[in-house]
Amino acid sequence: EFRRFSLERSKPGKFEEFYGLLQHVHKIPNVDVLVGYTDVHGDLLPINNDDNYHKAVSTANPLLRIFIQRKEDADYSAFGTDTMTRKKNVLSNVLRPDNHKKKPHIVISMPQDFRPVSSIIDVDILPETHRRVRLYKYGTDKPLGFYIRDGSSVRVTPHGLEKVPGIFISRLVPGGLAQSTGLLAVNDEVLEVNGIEVSGKSLDQVTDMMIANSRNLIITVRPANQRNNVVRNSRTSGSSGQSTESSLPSSTPNILGNLLQGEEESDEEDIIIEDSGEPQQIPKAAPASESIESLSQIELLHESTQNGFLPSSEMNLNHSAGSISMEYEVPEPGRKSLEEDGTIITL
Amino acid sequence: MRRFLRPGHDPVRERLKRDLFQFNKTVEHGFPHQPSALGYSPFLRLMAIGTRSGAIKLYGAPGVEFMGLHEENNTVMQIHFIPDQCQLVTLLDDNSLHLWSLKQHGGASELLEEHRFTLKGPPGSPPSATQVTAVLPHSSREVLYLGTESGNIFVVELPSFRVLEDRTITPEAVLQRIPEDNCNRRSCELVEALREHPKNPDQILIGYSRGLIVLWDLQNNKATHHFLGSQQLENLYWQRDGSKFISCHYDGSYTQWPVSSDNRQPEPLENTVPYGPFPCKAISKIYWQTTKNGLPYIIFQGGMPRASYGDRHSISVIHGSQQTAFDFTSRVIDFFIIFSSDPAAEFDDPSALVVLAEEELVVIDLKSAGWPAVHPPYLASLHCSAITCSHHVSNIPLKLWERIISAGSKQNIHYSSMPWPIDGGTNIAPDPPQRDLLLTGHEDGTVRFWDASGVCLHLLYKLSTVRVFLTDADPNDNMNTLGEDEWPPLRKVGTFDPYSDDPRLGIQKIYLCKYSGYLAVAGTAGQVLVMELNDEDAEHVVDHAEADLLQDQEGYRWKGHEKLKTRDGPVRFEAGFQPFVLVQCQPPAVVTSLALHSEWKLVAFGTSHGFGLFDHQQKRLVFVKCTLHPSDQLALEGPLSRVKSLKKSLRQSFRRIRRSRVSSRKRRGGSGNASEVQEANAKFDQDALQEMELAPVQRKIEARSAEDSFTGFVRTLYFADTFLRDSSRHCPSLWAGTNGGTVYAFCLRVPPAERRMDEPVRAEQAKEIQLMHRAPVVGILVLDGRSTPLPEPLEVAHDLSKSPDMQGSHQLLVVSEEQFKVFTLPKVSSKLKLKLTALEGCRVRKVTVANFGSCKTDDYSENDLAVLTNLGDIQIISLPFLKLQIRYPCIRKEDVSGIASCVFTKYGQGFYLISPSEFERFSLSTKWLVEPRCVVDVPEVTSNNHVHKSGTENAARKSSPGGCGEDERKSVRLMEHALLNDEKVLKEIQSTLEGGR
Repeated sequence: EFRRFSLERSKPGKFEEFYGLLQHVHKIPNVDVLVGYTDVHGDLLPINNDDNYHKAVSTANPLLRIFIQRKEDADYSAFGTDTMTRKKNVLSNVLRPDNHKKKPHIVISMPQDFRPVSSIIDVDILPETHRRVRLYKYGTDKPLGFYIRDGSSVRVTPHGLEKVPGIFISRLVPGGLAQSTGLLAVNDEVLEVNGIEVSGKSLDQVTDMMIANSRNLIITVRPANQRNNVVRNSRTSGSSGQSTESSLPSSTPNILGNLLQGEEESDEEDIIIEDSGEPQQIPKAAPASESIESLSQIELLHESTQNGFLPSSEMNLNHSAGSISMEYEVPEPGRKSLEEDGTIITL
Repeated sequence: MRRFLRPGHDPVRERLKRDLFQFNKTVEHGFPHQPSALGYSPFLRLMAIGTRSGAIKLYGAPGVEFMGLHEENNTVMQIHFIPDQCQLVTLLDDNSLHLWSLKQHGGASELLEEHRFTLKGPPGSPPSATQVTAVLPHSSREVLYLGTESGNIFVVELPSFRVLEDRTITPEAVLQRIPEDNCNRRSCELVEALREHPKNPDQILIGYSRGLIVLWDLQNNKATHHFLGSQQLENLYWQRDGSKFISCHYDGSYTQWPVSSDNRQPEPLENTVPYGPFPCKAISKIYWQTTKNGLPYIIFQGGMPRASYGDRHSISVIHGSQQTAFDFTSRVIDFFIIFSSDPAAEFDDPSALVVLAEEELVVIDLKSAGWPAVHPPYLASLHCSAITCSHHVSNIPLKLWERIISAGSKQNIHYSSMPWPIDGGTNIAPDPPQRDLLLTGHEDGTVRFWDASGVCLHLLYKLSTVRVFLTDADPNDNMNTLGEDEWPPLRKVGTFDPYSDDPRLGIQKIYLCKYSGYLAVAGTAGQVLVMELNDEDAEHVVDHAEADLLQDQEGYRWKGHEKLKTRDGPVRFEAGFQPFVLVQCQPPAVVTSLALHSEWKLVAFGTSHGFGLFDHQQKRLVFVKCTLHPSDQLALEGPLSRVKSLKKSLRQSFRRIRRSRVSSRKRRGGSGNASEVQEANAKFDQDALQEMELAPVQRKIEARSAEDSFTGFVRTLYFADTFLRDSSRHCPSLWAGTNGGTVYAFCLRVPPAERRMDEPVRAEQAKEIQLMHRAPVVGILVLDGRSTPLPEPLEVAHDLSKSPDMQGSHQLLVVSEEQFKVFTLPKVSSKLKLKLTALEGCRVRKVTVANFGSCKTDDYSENDLAVLTNLGDIQIISLPFLKLQIRYPCIRKEDVSGIASCVFTKYGQGFYLISPSEFERFSLSTKWLVEPRCVVDVPEVTSNNHVHKSGTENAARKSSPGGCGEDERKSVRLMEHALLNDEKVLKEIQSTLEGGR
């Protein structure tokens, strides 16, 4: 079925309203649908939040083609690049509904609805027995959640095999960030932390290094289980090329540079508050004097200092701004009575 | 970032670095930890102390110090100087003997180990046969007599340690002449004492443990006299003329014996139990000293009535009708008497009694009436009350120095005026470049002022804050007020007193302004005292104020100690630093940071709850700021819950043990369902085992969050006159850094001097910086337009510093445990930083700005940061570009208390505690180096009646240059490590020594 209707381009409104409008226009008020549109390149792209809705409206030239699919039998693979040219495949899928129905329906949103929690990086420059994992830490809602321990590993040296001390992952906290990535496992040997080798460092040193880098932690491990490694065509000739690397650097001189660059750009920014509020004076003191010019408003260098996250993709991809946002939490109104036993701490 | 990883190899800078920085551990101050042996050479006038970790330290005149370390790290049991030589022999508890020599090398003397030797018996003999119990270096300087547990006395040649087997004195030979009824094999077991005849070097007195004493003729190789003691022997001492000797015994008695040619088996002249008639403890050592007036001094250790005074550590001096038992607070290791060493002198004329107790050295002047103590110029007991903090002030103005000394001299009136009697050797070190003070705060509420300018750490003045407060202890309760008829006549001596009346009195922070003489001290119960130096006694009321750091925080209950009660009304203070203001923090938590600005007359203090500013001119609290985060419930409950969890885990582990015991008992019972129980038990054990295997060595990786405990803990406070608000006008400011990585900046308005009393000091918060990495802020510093740190208050006023550049833009340096960051001022924007923890895994523990001068040119010097990390490394980081210059390993990373106790000086030196009683001094600078440099010259031997066959040989040996001075220096530097009898460290030392050779 085709419907044609008009929208005011300058005031597109919210996605919710648009969705309601679509349901109204198609007279399917209680049916869940997926909404998509074709962009200028002919790709079928989804409309499921305010941002991509606004984007879609802005690309209308002047017509905007919108596709609606019933959610139950939607074909998620249809979205993406070259979708329009792959239409055939979509059709063939649709034609074999039995095949399709066996799969359980999992509703998966688009990548921009997520923020990255982890990634495997530098695959092209690392030996395939190693894995470099980047953990992204946002706020305090989810712990990094792993433990490390001392251990020993066997190395090949000019003098033959040698047992050397090493650092290993000893435990993953259930529900923690490390566990949820699936990229780290118990007994993985930690080789580097943010580009710095851990050999020769004590457990406490490595702990401190990881905590100091926790906002953007990059750890290189040798997985205990070597079976899930990426198989590369450069070494194993027969396999079909999953990742095509024509130029595999033999040495890895630029690892550090890459890493540090990445680190630098996502580096933290401290918060500075200027002249916060009224001068703090004790009751005995003279009332706030007129001689001192006092600024009472709080001026934050970063504007996004409200609590919580905005689910928008821009916010999440911008680390510095995103991480600022959880600095100041609204004080909880009902505070429990506090106690302290006055333990003496001598520094 | 990469520039920090690869320090630039600018050759000019590298050369300059060599001229500026150099790491040396120079000298150990204080009292040796766990002393175990004492020796004295009347000839050299040097004293030697051996320790349980195998170190020996020689002391002479102030500044004359030598150190040596036995590689074995075994306890030094005995030290004996070779008569009239620069040599000494030590006996360790592994039965090895070591010969040490003082040799001149490059103009200064050095202590070197020459030979080592372990006595070996015939094959198959028990180890006791050669276990050395007594050592006698013979006055001929050629042989050493070694008494053993088996009763044999071996003779070894010096310095080769060759055993002269034909001269061994066997028990059989001794027993030949003894009458049958006293003669049995057992009477010659264990040689307790060997003493050479004072006039006739061919005779030695041998005392056996069972009481038999024999005078042995070395020429004829036979016993000439027998003395049959009935009591177990402890020690022997010859009278100066050799006509009598005295023996002391296990039952607390001493006996005089005559020696004459007619009676070969004399009866005792006199047998006394000085503290009888009830059973007494042993007298372990005794001296008999003759005087011109005929009344001898009898000085002995122990002998107290067993039941009532058996726990006392005493040394008694009896001289005619005078008798005093000096009562020491710690065990007496050994003692000696300094007396006339001139062999021609007729009498001993003792001048001083030197006692080495476990925790201090006490010297008693025997010449002055009342036998007062002598104030030692070194070996100070730093730990007479536990050290809780230290503060170093460099380059003290002469005026203040003199006033402190004069205040201290008034406290020392009860000391003897006798010059220090142990005065061997010559100090040839150059005079210290400047007057330095080290202030130590103690658990008992005292602050001690030490002269730290030179090699000898010398107590100048002791300040007590106790008098301001009401404590349980009655100040009039004097231990020494014993009645006239008190028996035994005990007298407490020494200063070591580890018992604190009230731990709340403990001093936690000290700040001294050397220009104004203002001193601020802060303690465990939130007390902050501001003091002023007064040269006279005074009685006045201390102004008292309270600072409620919680302000409007509600529902908070302090469960710690109460605040200290103050004394009402005027209090009398002796000359010196007298408190005039007391601020008590509420809640009375320990003060964690303190800053004093003597020009603005302000003192700032911080605790775990917040910080405050007090105007000590107007005696008015300016403001307080609570640093507890609103959502900081966890921070407050943090320490409590941690304690709880520890308790819980302890309880669990006990339960586990109990359960496993129960189950094992059950297993033995073998009931019907035994196999089932067994299985369950096995499973349980396995689980428990797994748990145990996992638990101990793992570390959790978790980002610090705002909820981490103790974020509000104020770590650092700093006053600065800088551009806080705008770049055109500078103003006084106060900066505070917390444990949670927050920096608060307050703008202050201090009225001009002429209206200082009329207008109030105002403060208002101007900035707040939250460091994103949330690490504790350990240092805040403002650099002026020339990137020089702002001078101290009053420094410019005293023309001792260039006035800061107020034209250029100022910069703020914030040092957290993890990073160094430079911000611009007044707009706080990050300029550059150095990440330490993220790159190296170490954290900043201490940081100070130090001035380093070049050893090549006088006119070059620069300011750098001296940093001590939690790994015990010292790093020097340049200002203002934050580049790592150099790194030295300094303290072992396991030595947490050593790292915590470290203080840096303003000129690149530092101190840290290597034991509760010893400071190690180190230097990072090539220019400022304080280390002992001294010469021991062999005095001319004036003796006439001794035949010195080896006199020329001795001179020849002395002139030969010492061998491997470098190695020795290395081993000296490693000495402190030996304090911990750590196998790993031992190996390290050995490998270093071997590597050096």
